[in-house]
This record gives sequence, structure tokens and C-alpha cells, in this order.
Amino acid sequence: MTTDVLVIGGGNAALCAALMAREAGASVRVLEAAPREWRGGNSSHTRNLRCMHDAPQDVLVDAYPEEEFWQDLLKVTGGQTDEALARLVIRHSATCRPWMVSHGVRFQPSLSGALHTARTNAFFMGGGKALINAYYRSAERLGVQIDYNAQVDQIELAAGRFVAAWVNHKQPDGQLRRERIEARTCVLAAGGFESNREWLRQAWGQNERGEYPADQFLIRGTRFNQGTLLRFMMDQGADMIGDPTQAHMVAIDARAPLYDGGICTRIDCVSLGVVVNREARRFYDEGEDFWPKRYAIWGRLVAQQPGQVAYSIIDAKAVGRFMPPVFEGTQAQTLPELARKLGLDESVFMQTLNDYNAACQSGTFDHTVLDDCHTEGVIPAKTHWARPIDTAPFYAYAVRPGVTFTYLGLKTDANAAVHFNGRPSPNLFVAGEMMAGNVLGKGYTAGVGMTIGTAFGRIAGTSAARAAVASRGVNGEKA
Amino acid sequence: MNSLKALTDEALALARGEVGAAEAEVARQLTICNGCRYCEGFCAVFPAMTRRLSFAPADVHYMANLCHNCGACLHACQYGPPHEFAINVPRAMAQVRGKTYAEYAWPAPLGRLYQHNGLTLSLALAAALTWFMALAARAPTGAANFYAIFPHNFLVSLFAPVFLFAVLALAMGVRRFWRDIGPVTTGAPLTPPAAAEATHDILRLKYLDGGHGEGCNNEDDAFTHSRRRAHHLTFYGFILCFAATSVATIYHYGFGWEAPYDLPSLPKLLGGAGGVMLCAGTLGLLRLKFRRHPLHGDPAQQAMDYGFMALLFLTGASGLLLWALRGAALMPAALSLHLGAVMALFVTLPYNKFAHGIFRSAALLRYAVEKRQPNRLGLGSD
Repeated sequence: MTTDVLVIGGGNAALCAALMAREAGASVRVLEAAPREWRGGNSSHTRNLRCMHDAPQDVLVDAYPEEEFWQDLLKVTGGQTDEALARLVIRHSATCRPWMVSHGVRFQPSLSGALHTARTNAFFMGGGKALINAYYRSAERLGVQIDYNAQVDQIELAAGRFVAAWVNHKQPDGQLRRERIEARTCVLAAGGFESNREWLRQAWGQNERGEYPADQFLIRGTRFNQGTLLRFMMDQGADMIGDPTQAHMVAIDARAPLYDGGICTRIDCVSLGVVVNREARRFYDEGEDFWPKRYAIWGRLVAQQPGQVAYSIIDAKAVGRFMPPVFEGTQAQTLPELARKLGLDESVFMQTLNDYNAACQSGTFDHTVLDDCHTEGVIPAKTHWARPIDTAPFYAYAVRPGVTFTYLGLKTDANAAVHFNGRPSPNLFVAGEMMAGNVLGKGYTAGVGMTIGTAFGRIAGTSAARAAVASRGVNGEKA
Repeated sequence: MNSLKALTDEALALARGEVGAAEAEVARQLTICNGCRYCEGFCAVFPAMTRRLSFAPADVHYMANLCHNCGACLHACQYGPPHEFAINVPRAMAQVRGKTYAEYAWPAPLGRLYQHNGLTLSLALAAALTWFMALAARAPTGAANFYAIFPHNFLVSLFAPVFLFAVLALAMGVRRFWRDIGPVTTGAPLTPPAAAEATHDILRLKYLDGGHGEGCNNEDDAFTHSRRRAHHLTFYGFILCFAATSVATIYHYGFGWEAPYDLPSLPKLLGGAGGVMLCAGTLGLLRLKFRRHPLHGDPAQQAMDYGFMALLFLTGASGLLLWALRGAALMPAALSLHLGAVMALFVTLPYNKFAHGIFRSAALLRYAVEKRQPNRLGLGSD
């Protein structure tokens, strides 16, 4: 029997689509490229979704109205967003949670150390992997067929219509078994291309120093987002959105694993000290704004530095004021010793630190507000939380750019349809990272990726089920 | 002998102020957990973790005993195996708990009995059975009364010292544990509200409810109440059996009413219900443990766990058998079996899995104290 809805991908958006389609009465098959233990893509690393609400709701305090959400999105994207689709996502976030709960997702109050999100973000109990587990359990219970190790590399299209997908099933013995899967409709939810190092290298190119900066990038999420389908659809002439050199990038611990380092590899002490590059020079205002509002620009800043590496330097005064790093910092009793341990030019390093220390104006240090501790007469300035780095022991953490996700995606509409030459496909839909760029053309605000994935996953599933049921009628088949 | 040498080496390392491998592994894992914190809502371990930046051995032993091995954090973990961080908090905690029981055992040399706990229980049971069988064989044949086989005073002279020693040994062990974890849990004294909350959490097994009230994990990432229910049956069954014996003792010495009692007497009601619950509970726990996800807990403690459940089951089942066979020719054999099982259980009580309840209760009491004190860490807004 022909499958009604074929879902390609196995993360949050894919499962939202699969569950909605199944609930609408469609037969559903999910193709997840990863093996079972790595299922869920980047969703496994998430922790919350940003939710609009007009009054307190279970784990969410106060209110976060549509307009405020929209303004936040407008601000972070610098206008690179589609207002109609963005508002669709925002309104969806106000009503999707009971549905999530019905499929086993549970929420918990904002985590300690993330209290600033208690109003805007609903945290998944146990995080994204617990959410993914719940969705898979629900899908299995509802009779959704799930294939792991199923990598789709090609799609058959006929005049903008989906016909079939070609999948390589990776067998336990490592052999590939190729299968052609026909389906009435298809949802593409297979993620961005951030794990594809060759593509990142091409997109970022060579800099003026002759370096390929992308070679030094670490990937914070799954190794399975190779962008195979994204590239295939591009080559097939699907309408695209977004810039391939745009990626959400954070400065993370240089010792983080190449893939799947997730949230715990972040370094949260930037605003409490100074950051120097390989040449031992400062390059940006470390105290420009609260760290949660600035952490996402530091990936790109570090990517622009020689060797794509930088060092966050703090002294003993900062310890206990930030989330503890997973890997121990480089520790020294004096600043020159720290420079030597880091392999930095000692005289330049001391010049940088002495200049900074001398420029710090005395003020009332308060890490919880934009305080009056700032520098004068040093470039770049540090505009808040600037205190001399003078209390041993001193610590340093090497940081590198960590890519969270890419923005390049397929252009879509309110029905989540894939477009060819401005015309929507009747039976091919898209959700998640593969289309997030429609709403989030650049920048980021916590939890919005999961909000887009949930909203468009559900819309794509509904659209696909509707189109499948309609095509059953056309072909004279029984439901 | 290898394990004995390992134990000695580790004891020497501890004496030198070095940290054992199990404690170091928990500290490694919790440092990663502390940078993630997604599991905060599941149980007491993670909120306790967020009050700390580093994890000294005393912190580790305290937190390991807060852990109920529910499995929720393992299945939810983005860093669980096969991730290179290899985070498996339930297993790392279980391995430290094994060390807690052994290192805090009193008197200290008997902590070694945890090394081969299956063997310990088997030998204790074999010895106790042999002893009672041999004594029963010397009793007049055809005796219909328990006390014709084993005089009451003889039984009391046997069981009372064993029981009192078990209580003393457990109390001495947990007293040292309490003193060690007190300073790292703010050192504040236990208050009535804290004690009441901890008692509630212990008696309801709150931390097997998953934080969302849907239970814990067993064979996979689905939540179930079955472990909690089976544990409740076991625990309250054990308590009812114990109450039956206590009431019977009061009857005997207080009122001169001698056993055997029959329905609807209080000892029989309590003992009958307790015995059935103990059997059903331990069978349930055994069945669940048999199906348990292979990554849960410490594989090296399987023998201790299975042995303890089996011994509890034997205690309950032999008690019920004895009731069924009263007046029958096989009664003396059933009596020997029951007394042997009870003796083996109580002789090993401070050196078997029973200790988990004592140390976990102590940890939960300290947790209830600690959570009421302000968090000293001034972490920024993120």
C-alpha cells in the first residue's frame, strides 16, 4: 500500500509533522538518517521553546504578547523575516503546548542560571532528547513506521510534484540497501547543512590571511545534518531563501568535541574579563550587553580572528559568578605565566592587560545590571563590568567558533509548501531548519528554532495529510 | 584477591587524601551536567548539583545517595553513550553508593562483605538453614507447637542480640555518614519542617515519580509506576511483618498470650498481609530488574541486589508456608526454613542492600535541610 505521508528527517519538526499527519488519518513513514541512539538531530540538544502567552501559563510567568515576540524577532533578524509567516509561528506557539503534552512532552520551570527566560521560554523537562523520546514513543504507539539509518539522497519530482524518494538503508553490516519509496505526499524536515564541513568551507571561502576559517569551526549539534537534500532541492530549482555564509555561531570551548558538544561547551565568562586573540590583543567590547544577548555574536567575532581562536581571561574575582565550564581552564598565579602557558607573546599580552587594567574606572560592580564599571582611553572599550584583572589565580579558556545551525533553506508559505519558480508544490512540504530562514533570516533568540520547528512541523503534517487524502480521492482509491 | 587489593589500594589512596576512581568519575560527569542542567526537574540530585561548582568526595557520597537510580536522566541525556562524554549518572552514582555501603560499614572490616555480597548472603543463608535444620532434627518428632521445637526463650536469646547488633551497626555507619555530609550540606541543623518533608519523600518514594508524577524508567525511555509500586509492596510488606513480630512479642511478654495465633488476631492479620505484600513486591522487583535497561545501575552490584530481593522473598514466602503447614508433618521443616531465612536476613542486614534505605534517608534529610538554606553561589543571570 502506498504511504500517504513520507517524512524525511527525524527531529522535532519531522515528528510534529508525522504525528499531525497520523492524527489526521494518514499512513505515515519516517526516515531518520541517524541510528536510533543518535536520533532527533539538533532537537536533542535543545531545552525550550519560545512561547507567546497573554497571561501566566503553568511554567510561564507574566505575559509575552504577540507584539513583543514579533518585535524581539524583528530586532534579532534585522528585518530579515517574513512578517506573515513570523506571526503565524508566534500565534502557533500560544496554542501548541497542550498538543505537545498530549504526546508525552513535559515542561519544567526555567532552569537555575536561566531565570531571565522564565517569562518567554517553556523548558522541556529533561531537555530536547526527552521531548524527542516522547514523540517517538507516541509515533510508535500511533502506528507510524520509523526507519533509522535511512539516508535519502534523491527525490523524484514531476513538474513540482513529489513522486518518490530514494533511500540508502545502512545495514547492521555496514552495507547499503537502496530502496525507492513512493508516497502521496512528502515532508522535508532533514535539517540544515551545518555538519557538512566541505560545504561550510566552500561557503566561507578563504580569508585575507589565506586561511579557510570554516576548517576551524566546531559543530555544536548533530553530525547528520549534511544538507544532502537541501543541496538536491537547490539543484532541482526549488526556490531558496537565506545566505549560505550565514550560520548561528557561538564562541565555545576550543576543546569541545567536533560534533554534538551541545550547550555545556559554552564559555560564559566573557563579560567578566577580557578576550584576546592569538596575537594577545583585545578585539571587541566584552561588556557591551548582558551575555545572553551577546553570546551569539562572539562566534563570528572569533571566526574573524587569526587562527579562529581567542582566549577568555578572568581572575579569581569572577569565579562563582558564571556557569562553570566543563573543561578546566588554564590556571596561573601571574599574568606573564598565563601568557606563557597559553603560548601567547608575553610582552604584547602584558601590554594589553596593563592598558586595560589602567583604563578601568572605579564603579559599583553589579553583574545583574548594566553597571557603571567601564574603561576610558582604551580601544576597544569595555563598557560594563570592567574591573582590573589583578587577583590571582588567573584563568584562561581558549574559544573557537561553534556552529549551531545554518540559515539557508527552502522558500515556503503558510501551508509549508515547497516552491518552484514561485509556485507551491501540491504535495511537497518543508519544516524545521530546512525552512527556518523564512522566519529567521539571521540572528537568534533563545528557543525560537524549536518554535518554528513545532509550528511548521505541525502545519506541514496537516497540509501533507490533507493533500494525501485528496489525492486518494483523485486516484479512486479507498481510504 | 584482586578486588581486595584494589580495595586496600583505594583505602590507602583515600587516607592520603586522594580521590577514588568512582568518586572522580561522578565529579567528572557532574561538571558536565552542571553546564547543561536540563534534568533539574527530575529529582533531588540536580538541584543539589546546582549549588556546587566542584564535587569533593563528601559531596559525591551525599549526592550518590540522593540518586534513586530512576534512569530518567540517562534516557534524556544528550551526552549519554555512545557520546564521547559517556554520561551515565545513574551508573556512576550506583558505583559510589556501593562504596558508601562498604566504607561506612561498622565495624569497618566487615565492609568487605559487600565485595562478594551474593556469596555473603548465600553463606549466611546456608549456615542459618543448617543450624535450624540440625536443631529441629533433635526436637521430639510429631511436635505440633513451634515452641516444642524451638523454645521461645531460646529464639529470643538468638534473635534479639542479632537484631540489636544490626541496629547498632547501621546506626554507627549512618552516624559517620551524617557527620561527613553535614558540613558539605550547609551544616545547618535538621528542623522539623525539613524532617517532615524528607520523611514524606522517603515514605512515598517521591523521587521515583520522575518529577512529572508519571514514574521512572525501567526497560526503556517510557515512564512506569511499576518500580515504585513494587518497592512500596516490598517495603510496607516488610514493615507489616516486622509489626506482626513486635505485636506478638508484646502479646507474649505483656499479656502472656502465647503463639501460635490464628485469624483474626492482630499478629496474623499483619503478618499475613505483610507476607503476601513482601512476596508480591519482591517478585515484582525481581521481574522488573530482570528486564531493566542494561545501562542502568552498576553491573557489579547485580548479585547484591538479586540476593537481597531473593532473601526477602524467601523470608515472606517461608512465613506464609509455615502458616499453611501448621499442624502438618512438614511444619518443623517449614519453621526451620523461615527462621533460617529471617536469621540470614538480619545477620547480614548491615552488610547487604538493606543499607541503601538508611543512607538514602540520611541523604534526603540533609537535602531537605540544604534546600532551605540560601544558595551561596552568585552565578550571573545566565
